[in-house]
Amino acid sequence: MPEVTFVESLRMTLREEMQRDPSLMLIGEDIGRYGGIFGVTKGLLEEFGPYRVRSTPISESAIIGSALGAAMTGIRTVAEIMYIDFTPCAMDQIVNQVAKMRYMSGGKVKIPLVIRTQEGGGRGNAAQHSQSLEALFFHIPGLKMVVPSTPYDARGLLKSAIRDDNPVIFIEHKLLYATKGSIPDGEYLIPFGQADVKREGKDVTILSFSYMVLKALKAAQHLAGEGIEAEVIDLRTLVPLDLETILRSVRKTNRVLIVHEGCRRGGIGAEIACCIQEEAFDYLDAPIERIGALNVPIPYSEPLENAVIPKEEDIIRGVKKLLYQT
Amino acid sequence: MTELIDQTLYLKMYEQMLTIRSFEEKAIELFEHNLIRGNIHPCIGQEAVSVGVCSVLRKEDYMLNTHRGHGNCIAKGADLKRMMAELLGRSTGYCKGKGGSMHIADFEGGNLGANGIVGGGLPIAVGAGISIQNRGTDQVVACFFGDGAVNQGTFHESLNLAAIWKLPVIFICENNQYALSTPIREAISISKISDRALAYGIPGVTLDGNDVRAVYTQMKGAVERARSGKGPTLLDCLTYRFYGHFTGDPGRGMTYRSKEEMEEWWGRCPIKRFRESLFREGILSEGKEKEIQIRVKTSIEEAVRFALESPFPDPEEAIQDLFY
Amino acid sequence: MNFRELTNTEAMVEALKEEMTRDPSIFIIGEDLVAHGGIFGQFIGLPEAFPGRVIDTPISETCIVGAGLGAALTGMRPFVDLHFADFTTCAMDEIVNQVAKIRYMFGGQAKIPIVIWAPDGAGLSAAAHHSQSLEAWFIHTPGLKVVSPCFPYDVKGLIKTSIRSDDPIIFFMHKKIFSRKGPVPEEEYVIPLGKADIKHPGTDVTIITYSIMVLHALEVAKEMEKEGIRVEVLDLRTLWPMDWEKIAESVTKTHRVIIAHEACLTCGFGAEISARIQEELFDELDAPIFRVGAYRVPIPFSPPLERFVIPGKESLKKTLYNLFGKEIDSK
Repeated sequence: MPEVTFVESLRMTLREEMQRDPSLMLIGEDIGRYGGIFGVTKGLLEEFGPYRVRSTPISESAIIGSALGAAMTGIRTVAEIMYIDFTPCAMDQIVNQVAKMRYMSGGKVKIPLVIRTQEGGGRGNAAQHSQSLEALFFHIPGLKMVVPSTPYDARGLLKSAIRDDNPVIFIEHKLLYATKGSIPDGEYLIPFGQADVKREGKDVTILSFSYMVLKALKAAQHLAGEGIEAEVIDLRTLVPLDLETILRSVRKTNRVLIVHEGCRRGGIGAEIACCIQEEAFDYLDAPIERIGALNVPIPYSEPLENAVIPKEEDIIRGVKKLLYQT
Repeated sequence: MTELIDQTLYLKMYEQMLTIRSFEEKAIELFEHNLIRGNIHPCIGQEAVSVGVCSVLRKEDYMLNTHRGHGNCIAKGADLKRMMAELLGRSTGYCKGKGGSMHIADFEGGNLGANGIVGGGLPIAVGAGISIQNRGTDQVVACFFGDGAVNQGTFHESLNLAAIWKLPVIFICENNQYALSTPIREAISISKISDRALAYGIPGVTLDGNDVRAVYTQMKGAVERARSGKGPTLLDCLTYRFYGHFTGDPGRGMTYRSKEEMEEWWGRCPIKRFRESLFREGILSEGKEKEIQIRVKTSIEEAVRFALESPFPDPEEAIQDLFY
Repeated sequence: MNFRELTNTEAMVEALKEEMTRDPSIFIIGEDLVAHGGIFGQFIGLPEAFPGRVIDTPISETCIVGAGLGAALTGMRPFVDLHFADFTTCAMDEIVNQVAKIRYMFGGQAKIPIVIWAPDGAGLSAAAHHSQSLEAWFIHTPGLKVVSPCFPYDVKGLIKTSIRSDDPIIFFMHKKIFSRKGPVPEEEYVIPLGKADIKHPGTDVTIITYSIMVLHALEVAKEMEKEGIRVEVLDLRTLWPMDWEKIAESVTKTHRVIIAHEACLTCGFGAEISARIQEELFDELDAPIFRVGAYRVPIPFSPPLERFVIPGKESLKKTLYNLFGKEIDSK
């Protein structure tokens, strides 16, 4: 199985899907000759031409709105918003239009639209270029949400996202782009709503997604050295959420830690904790532990940013708190 | 007397332009040594716009700035030491390390902050204009944005609102011809950004943004309009960035720009042109130039030393400054 | 104190009038304020009383909020009116990336005394774009305070406090209850932010709620009394900062919790409250925490569909029955 980077995995997937579906169009800023700010669309303009790889001015609202219009009228579209921090510039389009159009029309229209974006901090990009905003979209009915953490998952999930006739927000992480992983030859799709147990364990369940999965795995490795076996589950899709896999693990370990990079207050962790608590109250031996970013904007300076974004040590500490709770 | 004032002003402007360029070059060097995190967006080549505009402003006039804003901060009177400290994430920086390169603010100096969202500063400028109008002072607001912002909804809403209420806002487009890799000619269907002023019933002018005296003259006119209650103006300043969009731009922006174009604009370098004219007019001499260069070099070195010697903020500061 | 009956609208107008008289830096900005007096009449009389300080704008939510921010940064106290909470999406960058972050990003240099006010909520067949409750977004975004009262007494006291606050406040009022009356003192008073209010004391279960759901909860509480269940209704009033002390006090007393809001259940504010109670008061709970919220769909137009989607008295009652293991009355 060849090893590819996260970026290469996305790029080859887009190329394959564009070859497979002659209507598939990409739209976004600097995605043409420049190849996208992280190189995801490199070479695609040259291969598919300017009608299918449309580089736009800085106009997030118009990018999403026009992508919606195209998708509603027969053109399967993948729109790119360069940073998730810019999705608020197109929030009306995403939340009031894309998410609601099908429902409001009584199910008349299908919207084969993928909104690709990337999130996360850790590079000193400061408050308006480092956010993790998945909780905002999680709260709005009508949007599926995908958050892969490996090149393998990115490829399989992007294919499913593109072939889905519903709006999908596909959230990458800026620190994942250079990471490598193996992918099989040949085509495969990963269905939505299937979490992946990235590491089995019996003592505690760690639920996570996106870049945090890598930190969770490192934490789990460290904990194994201390005789604690943590089960790390990569949620992969937030909407739909694979509650079955989560609950199966909870019934096994009886202790749960949820970790994400978005702010802790009102983050995804709160909803997942509630679902677990509602469905498996009697299986819990300790309160569910939630770890998220501190409830402040992401600061620039390194020690401040490190203090705000959850680290491996925070996960280790959280697990120990769960285990030593009476 | 006027001539003496002019000479003094021009020498100050020249020194400021040199300071901006040196600051940016130093910042790039520090970035390459991993002392600055994230990315920086150097404004090398755009010094005439910053200095030409800000030289007209008073301290109490407001300024809204962009992610490519170091030059504007310096021209508005920022302390280089505190700027450098902010870039290096130290607690002595303007924003105590919380903002970084893209978010330097100096409220005491009228700098209401730099925005990382393209077009984010325009509505804020309108609000500051309302504030001035309601208080009845003769302050003005200088609102900087790039050519990329003119296609954002905020541009249109803001120009319209400033126009209908005759707010004292000068909208300054630092038109360096590229929004990251998108050339302006592919992003607008009109020939000049200043044509859009017509749609809002305000004066608009496209000018040579690399001629600091031209920028100064136009800005002076716009500021007089604004101070006398005649409303906003749009200045479309044609300029060019000699560096890439940001420090992560492969090939320093040469993957989407041609060597010929770059060379042509180097020929129009604002510092080179101003220097030549000052020499021609006898305002600058080799001796004076040397003095200026030494002062600039010293001030940059001092700023770097101050920043390197400054402490990083305490991690616990991360949860401060959220609410008043 | 001398009380008289005012509607929520009247309470709001009175608060604004008093504050604008007291502080000349306060102004109101938004669409259709002057001739119309605001979309729900919440500014009637103010343009005449304060000429030049109630500013009508074109339809430009982005710029309205952004301009409010600029004015707040430079010495004024703007009260920004958005017609509907649904339109916060048109100014989301302004609210989330600017208003919420500027003070922090600039190391505390700025203070932002802005109130962004909007009617929210469903029940009037206003359909998907005019019926949302989006408070969860602004609670999740650090740097904002969020208020959502439903009694005229609370409306007046909290509008005054919000205007006087030097922090950005998102202030929601449910559109269906503008004309609901309640006693309001004639004398001056303010209600501090972050203080919940027990609207109905009880001992068997706590319903933590806010906005229109408070009214439904009170009706249910009255009915459940006859069945021997004493319901405590805790009106949060300020959503963020949350009155954790009051919540903890109540939970420690009743040991059973229902959290109710009209917003979509998934990742609504109820999730955060529930998760936190579960974290910090785990041992106080005699039963799982139940949440009541809207179904996970946009708000439909047709009345029977809308009634099904948004929670009301019946869904609250059903949840209570579930909690106490009672048989549901099938009528």
